[in-house]
Amino acid sequence: MKTVEVDIKVPNQTQYLGLIGKIGEDIARTLEKYGGDRDELAYHINLVLTEAMTNAICHANENDPSKEVHVIININGPRLNIKVYDEGQGFDISSLPSPDFDGDSDQGRGVYIIRSLMDEVHYRKSKNGHVLDMTKILYCDQAPLSNKSSKSGKQPSE
Amino acid sequence: MQLNMVEKGDIVLIEVQEERMDAHNSSDLKEKMLQLFDEDKCNIVIDLAQVRFVDSSGLGALVSGFKNASARNGNLKLCGLQPQVKSMFELTRLHRVFEIFPGTDEALASF
Repeated sequence: MKTVEVDIKVPNQTQYLGLIGKIGEDIARTLEKYGGDRDELAYHINLVLTEAMTNAICHANENDPSKEVHVIININGPRLNIKVYDEGQGFDISSLPSPDFDGDSDQGRGVYIIRSLMDEVHYRKSKNGHVLDMTKILYCDQAPLSNKSSKSGKQPSE
Repeated sequence: MQLNMVEKGDIVLIEVQEERMDAHNSSDLKEKMLQLFDEDKCNIVIDLAQVRFVDSSGLGALVSGFKNASARNGNLKLCGLQPQVKSMFELTRLHRVFEIFPGTDEALASF
């Protein structure tokens, strides 16, 4: 599988969520040897990008229209990596509890969704703010794709 | 957000005429429902048949409407969920919170 990298910067506005989500979907559909459900993967990548960008735009960058969100989508072998850079002060995603499944709170599901759909999630400082760094291990027809660093415990249909 | 509203007796049917419900447009639905609650219209069916994509903000708007309707002794029910949208309710376990019907007829008849 060849390396694919898409590097996009957009103004800090939610009107760009659909555009970036669509780009993520289209990339997921072009993966040559992916053996799982392609429509499901496309939806999940759209969703992860939307949730990560919403966090960056509304929370980290506090809806400041002068700021920018920077997104890099990279596919290298079995690793699909998404980085979403904000220009904010940051928030510790490891401190966020899981949503209250037995209650009816209308908030707190975004980071839970990202953690559920991606295999590795890190949030750390970057040059002008912070970056949410998320990786999904992809599986080919004989799953997993040939890469010694592949995890074996998680199937793409989860 | 494009919303089509039809009153069926004391029930308001809201058709969401968008492909996406996300942080960009979900607050429109939330506000529209608050207007209905102010008018004492607390029984709502939301038809999501045209919605292909929903994120946590879209789910949050629906949960907010459900909470407000319940607090006013009304109810908010859903219908027409596409498979990927339905999977979002299952991932976040909200299928245990909402009454979900295949189509508008079943949802309206359930009140």
